[in-house]
Amino acid sequence: MSLPTTTPRNSGDLPMRDKPRQLPFPLSIYQSAVGKKWVMAITGFILVGFVLAHMIGNLKLYLGLVEHNGALAYDTDLYAEALRELLVPIMPRLVVLWILRIGLLGALLLHIHSAYTLSRMSLASDFKYQGKRDFLAANFASRSMRVTGPIVALYLVFHLADLTLGFGIATGEFVRGDVYANVVYSLGRPVVAIGYIIANIAVAIHIYHGIWSAFQSLGINNPKYNYLRRLAAKAVAGIILVGNVSFPIAVLANIISL
Amino acid sequence: MSTELNLTLQVWRQAAPDAPGSFVTYEAKNIPDDSSFLEMLDIVNEGLIDNDVEPIEFPHDCREGICGTCGVMINGRAHGQERATATCQLHMRKFSDGDTIAIEPWRAAAFPVIKDLIVDRSPMDKIIQAGGYITAPTGTGGDANDTLIPKEVAESAMDAAACIGCGACIAACPNSAGQLFTSAKLWHLNSLPQGQPERFTRTESMVDTMEQFFGACTNHGECAEACPKEISLDFIAYMNGDYIKAKIKNRSRSSQ
Amino acid sequence: MILDSKVPSGPIEDAWDSHRFDIKLVNPANKRRFKIIVVGTGLAGASAAATFGELGYEVDAFTFHDSPRRAHSIAAQGGINAAKNYRNDGDSIYRLFYDTVKGGDYRSREANVYRLSQVSVNIIDQMASQGVPFAREYGGLLANRSFGGAQVSRTFYARGQTGQQLLLGAYQQMMAQVNAGKVNLHTNQEMLEVVTKDGEAHGIVTRDLNTGQVRSHSAHAVVLATGGYGNVFYLSTNAMACNVTAAWRAHRKGALFANPCYTQIHPTCIPQADEFQSKLTLMSESLRNDGRIWVPRNADETRKAKDIPEDERYYYLEEKYPAFGNLVPRDVASRNAKTVVDAGQGVGPLKNGVYLDFASAIGRDGKDTIEERYGNLFEMYERITGEDPYSTPMRIYPASHYTMGGLWVDYNLQTNIPGLYAAGEANFSDHGANRLGASALMQGLADGYFVLPYTIGDSLAAKLGTDPMSTADPAFQEAEKAVQDRTQHFLGIGGTKSPDYYHRELGKVVWEHIGMARNEAGLTTAISEIKAIREAFWNDVKVLGNGDSLNSSLEKVGRVADFMELGELMARDALDRSESCGGHFREESQTEEGEALRRDDVFSHVSAWEWQGDVNTPQIKHKEELEFEYVALSQRSYK
Repeated sequence: MSLPTTTPRNSGDLPMRDKPRQLPFPLSIYQSAVGKKWVMAITGFILVGFVLAHMIGNLKLYLGLVEHNGALAYDTDLYAEALRELLVPIMPRLVVLWILRIGLLGALLLHIHSAYTLSRMSLASDFKYQGKRDFLAANFASRSMRVTGPIVALYLVFHLADLTLGFGIATGEFVRGDVYANVVYSLGRPVVAIGYIIANIAVAIHIYHGIWSAFQSLGINNPKYNYLRRLAAKAVAGIILVGNVSFPIAVLANIISL
Repeated sequence: MSTELNLTLQVWRQAAPDAPGSFVTYEAKNIPDDSSFLEMLDIVNEGLIDNDVEPIEFPHDCREGICGTCGVMINGRAHGQERATATCQLHMRKFSDGDTIAIEPWRAAAFPVIKDLIVDRSPMDKIIQAGGYITAPTGTGGDANDTLIPKEVAESAMDAAACIGCGACIAACPNSAGQLFTSAKLWHLNSLPQGQPERFTRTESMVDTMEQFFGACTNHGECAEACPKEISLDFIAYMNGDYIKAKIKNRSRSSQ
Repeated sequence: MILDSKVPSGPIEDAWDSHRFDIKLVNPANKRRFKIIVVGTGLAGASAAATFGELGYEVDAFTFHDSPRRAHSIAAQGGINAAKNYRNDGDSIYRLFYDTVKGGDYRSREANVYRLSQVSVNIIDQMASQGVPFAREYGGLLANRSFGGAQVSRTFYARGQTGQQLLLGAYQQMMAQVNAGKVNLHTNQEMLEVVTKDGEAHGIVTRDLNTGQVRSHSAHAVVLATGGYGNVFYLSTNAMACNVTAAWRAHRKGALFANPCYTQIHPTCIPQADEFQSKLTLMSESLRNDGRIWVPRNADETRKAKDIPEDERYYYLEEKYPAFGNLVPRDVASRNAKTVVDAGQGVGPLKNGVYLDFASAIGRDGKDTIEERYGNLFEMYERITGEDPYSTPMRIYPASHYTMGGLWVDYNLQTNIPGLYAAGEANFSDHGANRLGASALMQGLADGYFVLPYTIGDSLAAKLGTDPMSTADPAFQEAEKAVQDRTQHFLGIGGTKSPDYYHRELGKVVWEHIGMARNEAGLTTAISEIKAIREAFWNDVKVLGNGDSLNSSLEKVGRVADFMELGELMARDALDRSESCGGHFREESQTEEGEALRRDDVFSHVSAWEWQGDVNTPQIKHKEELEFEYVALSQRSYK
């Protein structure tokens, strides 16, 4: 026996996108936006950790020349060499550094990929208001993530080419391993110094929203301690900003010099 | 005694979902400041009808801030400038004589305009349908007092359950994300003992459905500011945590 | 016509059990062969649709809202009664039954009320197991409060949003069935005709409010859970869209409309502020626990409330009812407010309210205590009126709130049309002439969860093996055409005034003459005035736009048209019932002290009105005699 059927109205009922076919765990996590945000938060924390450590390491620039094995050497260069020799002799030279580099690169790529796909999803879901919006909670940091992110990424490319690979940009003066000298030379160019400052302001803004947001995305939440999440975001972003911006200024002011 | 206001309205008019829309300017004259925002629109509509202009269609029903039907963008803010206030509870004394007020429907790709200021919010029902319930067929429950629920837990569940489903959170979100709405229902059910058996299947299913319609959360917090019932952003964090747990637990369950 | 209430014989305690045993059952495997239409998704509709789905029936649920969750059950504030006796304060099923019959002023069916009290217990269990966040004590047990003057604490609540939480519970349970494919949900569909053939209901015709599309739906049974008709007053605490249309369409197809004059007026609402006000907001009755009600003795008083000396204030409830004071029942409080306002002693810019003053309470208990008790209500009042109730007395006035009358149904909740059922506020069954506080939610859920799912099987069982009538049947085609014609007719009148204008005009008459106090002259006037408004309406109403897209004026105009006819029937019923009972106060029938005087010898019956085929022929009244075997008839007194 068949029943007469009636179809419900269908318009807003239709999904914007299909449910993806489930990949095996844990890849399935990354198939959802909430999962992607989770990955973005974890990779974000890794990258913030790197930026913070990088800044602290760079503070060695202020130590200038120190005595090492009876000779004078730049502390920064020694620090760079130590990184290359991490866990030697348990591991061969450079291996640990490369593992870290690959890990960081992987985190970076995942961070960028998740940001890109989530942005596309959001842009497709949003329908712009035709009138003026009046935002209450969304601040400059949160609304500029899709701008500060690419700025930082572009700067990173330049920065790696300039001071790690020595490609093209600092030709002539670049000597692999002479980190201190390379930095002084590179940041001694006002255009590079200004670019460095702008990029680091972008980094700080990105990190300020990123840290708070990452806690939220990971579900690290306790109404009693939630004020600490904002506080941590402000503190870390502030420390990184002050530390990093101080380097080009110090170079230009000849506080850090050869 | 009430005073009267003269206002200029810029109202989004759109005849049908696929018709082009635009802002149309209307003068709202002699509006008693005791009237609510929706009553102001009623008065304007009476005037339009007198002049043989089709009245503005706007969403409304209970007019006491609980049914969740009403909701428009007023000067760029969901439900207008008053905190924790649905459009129907916004009163004209909060405006000044001579103000210009821009009124626009909720915007989200998943909320197509039906007419003027009215949009189709059925995706929100789809999210509830995907798991926003506790399976307890009629008559199967034991005595209500068999399950003890600490007062604090019940209160917290109630905080989340207070959601009226108006869609302001989605409308206010720059990404049109449905996180606040979805997480409020999830916390209501997931925080109670009765909701535990289905907790993780529910979370996964509701989030997956939400993502079929809405954007991704970037933690602006605009949703909670727009919410007429002051639903907290904390629920979104709980949802995020539960979702990852769900992915892990649901997998271990299905592999058994 | 003989009205068979189908009340089971035998002791009332066993009536429901023995009835459930006696009625026919549908085999679980056969349930999926039956299709049920549920119109309305409030407490009664959603709970019925969910339960039908769980039992295995094929369900089509209809709502004219954009989502089932918008139904006006959501606005109930106070709570839901249940005879759980968790407080150990002497409550019992029998006491709830007794209180409800007495509260209804002996105009309800005893067996129905007893059943309601019995299943009230199951409702709480059901809602708790669904995760409704009821208020809890610190030990984790459910909290209760005493409500509406009840002498026991039997009211369960979820802050001031009990209706919302219960509706969401029922809605979610229904959405689970939508997900399971057992309930087919139709949103934005307004039911505009009940389709009958050979005296039986076979389906409905709906109009899609977004597209104007008119469609037929057939089923083995139709349930109307479409709420009350309080909006006939224009200004009421109901939502804007609440209407009588579904019930009225059924009435016009032969369903009897019972006790339309039984309407409940809530005493503590915020008075109208201006002519354009669209609705009245209810303030919880609990405010009367601490607020003192008064008006200035001098009708020409111009001073501010706080400047009026004590001896020039008229605390009329405290003076007239020393024992109960400000806590007299709703109808008494309402009528007395009307008396003083009619005498010109009203307060506020339009002199249309009375003061509810917290100054003594604040003086006695301190502002903090009062804020703790009523903070959210005071905030709501200030939001709406712009006045601070801590420093200025609140202004309140009664407003239409709930309607006890509705479609006549038997013990099975079936109307006199076989196959057509009515549940919740849409039927007349349980509240008699007056409803107790916190009992509306209870009745809606009782009907949907625990009554209909059993009783509907009785009529379905006989239809096993038959298909629902084809929607190609002439009966459906005629009904569809009637809907289309009516729509086109409204669009074609091309008059001068909006539907709202006529609704306001109707409301003024209904409120004036069929409101808190009624008399023969007023009711006779009302009948002729409503007739005149109706005739003007049909010639002069203006509906712009078209019928192919969303058009709220077009939705409204049809509802106003039905309210016109209902208003007239209310007046006729009120005129016919020349006694006072519950919410129906006839000035001709009062005690020397001005109290409602029932006339049990003449009016101990349900008045069920039958449509006579056209609007100009008055309905004919049928009586269902009421017998009171368990609760002795007595006259109320609150002195």
